[in-house]
Amino acid sequence: MIWLLGLLIGMMLAAAIAVLVLENHIAAVAATSIVSLALSVVFVLLRAPDVAMTEAAVGAGLSSLILALSLRRLGLWQIEGDKHPEIAKEGVDA
Amino acid sequence: MRNLTSLLFAAGLAFFLLVIAARFDLGAAPMLVGDAILQEAPAETGAANIVTSVVLGYRGIDTLGEIAILFTASLAAGLVLGRRRPEASRDADSGAVLQISAQLLFPLLLVVGFYIILHGHLTPGGGFQGGVILAAAFFVPLLARPGTSVNHTGLSLVEGLAGAGFILIGLLALFQGKAFLQPLLDKGTLGMLVSAGTLPLLYLAVGLKVGAELAGLLANLADSEVDP
Repeated sequence: MIWLLGLLIGMMLAAAIAVLVLENHIAAVAATSIVSLALSVVFVLLRAPDVAMTEAAVGAGLSSLILALSLRRLGLWQIEGDKHPEIAKEGVDA
Repeated sequence: MRNLTSLLFAAGLAFFLLVIAARFDLGAAPMLVGDAILQEAPAETGAANIVTSVVLGYRGIDTLGEIAILFTASLAAGLVLGRRRPEASRDADSGAVLQISAQLLFPLLLVVGFYIILHGHLTPGGGFQGGVILAAAFFVPLLARPGTSVNHTGLSLVEGLAGAGFILIGLLALFQGKAFLQPLLDKGTLGMLVSAGTLPLLYLAVGLKVGAELAGLLANLADSEVDP
């Protein structure tokens, strides 16, 4: 149990660092969602299924959806392998 | 200077975490109120899920506060987003895979959402979790066809009526000479769908309110113009 918890917390930390490091905004949003998903599994292990459901629905689902939609609203939705990265970059600066 | 502050902060945080790790066993917190509630709750409220008996029975007014916070947050988000110009361009409809999966997922998510709301007093889950799933159910078709018009008047109506229903049930207890939001009606048999008095009704109100609110917020957010 404690090893599984440690593994999950390591996963959460790795995903949280990935949020800071990743260049791609959508990938960073996906990483925040991974933090929440791992946290919801931790809640299940700690015998709090109610909190786990809330964390999975709100933390992993809704908040990453809101973050992704806000990125789109701000014009920051960059897809990797874009044909003209410099144009996309100019759009962000403007 | 800044590095020093960060170092001090990190050291302080590590110290507190170590103190917590040294003083308390994981998963075996000293429960005082918790033990009492675990003993009393099933007989007092008739809810098989003790978390629900706390959320709606013993701490109902906290839940009212949570609903108010969520309402204020979505109101603020709606204000910031603003209105789109009629001539602004929309995203094209998505591909066949997403469109057909959206049609498949919509009834499934609807059933799961209402199941979680209506079984909130029996199994883990409840109004907030089920409400978010309901919001997702109404957002998935919008993701497949971005041009679909959303009935915001209907959503606001559902949201307002559900919020008013929650407060009315609370006031009803007050008029009967009990505390605000104290559970009413017959407790029924523990573990049955119709049991725990007004708790399922309160959770239904919470679920509808959260679902309508978040569906409206997501629709607004997805419908807002993209900055050039």
